[in-house]
Amino acid sequence: MGIAWRRARLLERRSQTATARTLVLTAPDWPGHLPGQHVDVRLTADDGYQAVRSYSLAAPADGDRIELGVQAVDGGEVSPYLTDGLPVGAEVEVRGPLGNWFVWRAEQTEPALLVAGGSGVVPLTAMVRAHRAARSRGPLHLLYSVRSPEDVWYRDHLADGDPLLDVRIMYTRQAPPGSVRPPGRITTADLDEATARLKPASPVYVCGPTGFVEAVDNLLIDRGRDPVTIRTERFG
Amino acid sequence: MADATTQLDGNCLAGPLSEILSVEPTTAWWRCPECARSGPLAELHVYGPEPGLTARCPGCAHIALRLVREGEHIWLTMGGGTGAFRFATSP
Repeated sequence: MGIAWRRARLLERRSQTATARTLVLTAPDWPGHLPGQHVDVRLTADDGYQAVRSYSLAAPADGDRIELGVQAVDGGEVSPYLTDGLPVGAEVEVRGPLGNWFVWRAEQTEPALLVAGGSGVVPLTAMVRAHRAARSRGPLHLLYSVRSPEDVWYRDHLADGDPLLDVRIMYTRQAPPGSVRPPGRITTADLDEATARLKPASPVYVCGPTGFVEAVDNLLIDRGRDPVTIRTERFG
Repeated sequence: MADATTQLDGNCLAGPLSEILSVEPTTAWWRCPECARSGPLAELHVYGPEPGLTARCPGCAHIALRLVREGEHIWLTMGGGTGAFRFATSP
């Protein structure tokens, strides 16, 4: 019963921001996954103490390779070790893929809106990359809220000129020079522009810290969005 | 996802519940007996951290389930006042 833990080896670590990393792992016999799914990672200390944390998959299925997005949490027990401590070549245990609710499938052809707060961009980037790999025809709109230009993850994947991908980055504290939008939290105006291009049944995926997800969810519902079209994932 | 856990949602129950359920749990439909709100398990509000997780109705905070790990056992309480199920897990 259950999804077995399997050994996964760290192949490569890429910096996304000063405190965020992409971990590329190889997980033998990985069964594949859908964009939006996550894995549980289990670390076991020498004394047998175990810690389990969940991390979103940042890339579409690619054989035995999986990519996780990890943000180091100040004072965290596991995430700082994964971002900067775990040596390349070392093993951890992973369990997955997990979650069939917060997923995007290639057969979805309606326009979709993705709304990310901070590290919430990880599963949404997997959707963006899968959308491109599948040459899907339905446009994707990504609203991405970050503190400053230094906090943007996956810049290469999100700014490559794909005509079916519209990315708008919203800075909350410090915007780059020349930005029209003043720094600040996501507003009704930000969402109105994006939702105007959706169909009534288009899915909206919202991922980020709990407060961010609640705020976006409330703004969308206040603007008349049908709650059943909104899928959320909270990072706490 | 979070390291120092505060409030999460039912998406994070996929792994822990996979140890005792043979079906994917996050898409399961649930109806709150208190306020009649309904939706998928993924939308429940989950409070932790592990090894004790409490999933509550997003509308009225009524308890939907509790999942507690204790060594080689997982305790599952459905709702409130209905007793608890204890599952043995393979190490």
